[in-house]
Amino acid sequence: MDLDPVLLARLQFAFTITFHIIFPSFTIGLSAYIATLLIMWIRTGRDHYHRLARFWTKIFAVSFAMGVVSGIVLTYQFGTNWSRFSEAAGNIVGPLIGYEVLTAFFLEATFLGVMLFGWNRVPRWLHVFAAIAVATGSVISAFWILAANSWIQTPVAYEMRDGTFHPLDWFRIIFNPSFPYRFAHMLNAAYLTTAMVVLAVGARYVLADRHYEEARTMLRMAVLMLAIAAPLQLFIGDQHGLNTLQHQPLKIAAMEAHWDGSKPGDFHIFAWPDEANERNRFEISIPRGASIVLTHDPNGLFPGLTSVPPSERPPVLPVFFAFRIMLAIGFIMIAAGLVGAVLWWRGRLFDTDWFLRPASWAWSLGFIAVIAGWVVTESGRQPWVVYGLMRTADAISPVPGASVATTLALFVVVYGIVFAMGIYYINRLIVRGPQGGGIEPPQRGLPNRPITGAEEGGREALAGRG
Amino acid sequence: MEWYLPVIWAALIGTAVALYVVLDGFDLGIGILFPFAEEERERDQMMNSVAPFWDGNETWLVLGGGGLWVAFPRAYAVIMPALYLPVICMLLALVFRGVAFEFRWIAHTSKGWWNFAFAAGSTLAAFSQGVILGGLIQGIAVEDGQFAGGAFDWATPFALLCGVGVVVGYALLGATWLVLKTDGTVAQRSRRQAEFLVLAVVALMAVVSLWTPLAVERVATRWFTLPNILFLWPVPLVTAFVAFAGWHWLRRGDDHGPFIAAIMLFLLGYAGLVISNFPYLVPPALTVWDTAAAPASQIFLLVGTLVLLPIIIGYFVFVFWIFRGKVREGEGYH
Repeated sequence: MDLDPVLLARLQFAFTITFHIIFPSFTIGLSAYIATLLIMWIRTGRDHYHRLARFWTKIFAVSFAMGVVSGIVLTYQFGTNWSRFSEAAGNIVGPLIGYEVLTAFFLEATFLGVMLFGWNRVPRWLHVFAAIAVATGSVISAFWILAANSWIQTPVAYEMRDGTFHPLDWFRIIFNPSFPYRFAHMLNAAYLTTAMVVLAVGARYVLADRHYEEARTMLRMAVLMLAIAAPLQLFIGDQHGLNTLQHQPLKIAAMEAHWDGSKPGDFHIFAWPDEANERNRFEISIPRGASIVLTHDPNGLFPGLTSVPPSERPPVLPVFFAFRIMLAIGFIMIAAGLVGAVLWWRGRLFDTDWFLRPASWAWSLGFIAVIAGWVVTESGRQPWVVYGLMRTADAISPVPGASVATTLALFVVVYGIVFAMGIYYINRLIVRGPQGGGIEPPQRGLPNRPITGAEEGGREALAGRG
Repeated sequence: MEWYLPVIWAALIGTAVALYVVLDGFDLGIGILFPFAEEERERDQMMNSVAPFWDGNETWLVLGGGGLWVAFPRAYAVIMPALYLPVICMLLALVFRGVAFEFRWIAHTSKGWWNFAFAAGSTLAAFSQGVILGGLIQGIAVEDGQFAGGAFDWATPFALLCGVGVVVGYALLGATWLVLKTDGTVAQRSRRQAEFLVLAVVALMAVVSLWTPLAVERVATRWFTLPNILFLWPVPLVTAFVAFAGWHWLRRGDDHGPFIAAIMLFLLGYAGLVISNFPYLVPPALTVWDTAAAPASQIFLLVGTLVLLPIIIGYFVFVFWIFRGKVREGEGYH
């Protein structure tokens, strides 16, 4: 049987990296959330912050373990599956990954031990410090990984010698043209992803009349986060898109399924891109919508897919649809944040079923959006691994297709088991809920719902006054 | 500079790998010894003794792999494809045993299953690491700077023996760690296991040490020609002495000595490997100088490493200090 090693290597990497990104998207935000809860606990002395921090730390431990083990796999897969890329780009990408390990991986992994097991062993301030160290480590980690990824998207400050990239200016390599946008977009996405999970869990408890104080605190904090970060993400995403138009116009053309660059682009709400015939079918479009967004001019022009031969085009279908999925979820999050904020302001956040019910099911939205976003940016840069300079097909290892196929099958089986069990166990922790709470909740929906002290405390703390 | 930089980097990566082997060695070793525990609370105690550390320990593996890529991209690009199957096997095994640390505490009915995943994952990861080591020592086929062999080139009796050697060695590290960090039945059993494992490790080290120079001429030349032999003859002698000291401490009931002796044994074996193979990174074709990254790249990360590595080691020591003392039965962090 003839196995295409390029396709298999890509499938394997796509699978392992998609699996991996689920966990950092969650743990970056969750570590910051836990650190916030601990700080609020110390400042207000209210016990439910402590219970919440302990509760989320358990979930964090499970997620972080899955993130770590799947992340180690990636460090080695550059060599096992993409050895020619590793050799050619090692001079530049290697040190960025190296700095990630030195500045972030160790920080996170070491202080994780204190954070998980130090509750009764270390002074309170040290425990909080460990939580902050882990949260900071996760941000630094994202910084370096996105610097490396952005450099292969928008390579600068290099020199080619004998088919190898050599660095010229490290500052420009790290702060390459797409890096600030991609970093801001991903970091904010991670915080939004966590906010959606916290919102869902809070809503679930409120609907079930469980964990009175904890549930309300979670809902408020999540709504506040969404109301700020979701609209901000729209702005960052828009800026990111303009930056991509400048540096990777064909990615934008694929995102918009824009074939003919001599005409202004419509925004297709739906379409079926037909790559063979270089046109779209079943279009439902906002005329000139894409031109308005991208060039701020209804008559503005931007390059179309047909400006290059098919061999240099990214696959249109996955990029086009993944972009729409991400966008749709982005708007849902904005709506959730704004609706939640209005309900909170009106004092109806905890008894509005039409808000709480969908919210309690919405935990997965952030993850789907993050994966969709990465599909857009990674499929959208094909057929290049280092954009415009090195083709993905030239980057693979001299490994037989059969080896890659076998290990791909193993990865699917192992990750399938680990992921299924991980989700199952996290759900079990959520069902069990925060432990050690004292007072059981008053009934939900009573008239003259009491404004508890905790509620005020939460609001004050959220406003940053402690 | 062009001459020194690759040597400095080889020393740094060598240090990272040595630290990895010792640190993850003892927590993988606990996984290897897991099936020999009789009761669930003993297994809890064993796992608790490493739970706060395993994640940090495993990070040295990332530094080893990542460092190899940074400093010697051409070696990384040959070794990984050449040892593709054992490397992936090790990674998958590490996935299983890593998540077992967390899943095991939450599982009710499937707890036994995660005990198995932890034990089998740890053993397989250790075995794969030994096979990778053996595959490297016996040499990799290289043409034009690219791996030019087959998918199963590594699968030789020698590499498989190295796999067994690492499993037994890690088990010794794990057992002596448990002697140090636990008490009660776990500590007693570990002490008995360690007594046997010391002997097994010495035997395996002897076999590998004799087999290597017989099979690889380059190694024989390194050890047995003048003037090298004049400097090198104490290495096996010191090894034998350390093994005896470890065994003696085990018999005498000492808690710290055996673990230190086990670490020393590993470091001596490691030194032996370095002596046999330096300056080759991919024997017999590529040296540290052939495979080095651009000096600008090596310097860029070297600056950061020299600043950050002492800090990292500092907080490593700090965390080990926080969780100092014995983990008693029934005393959990969870």
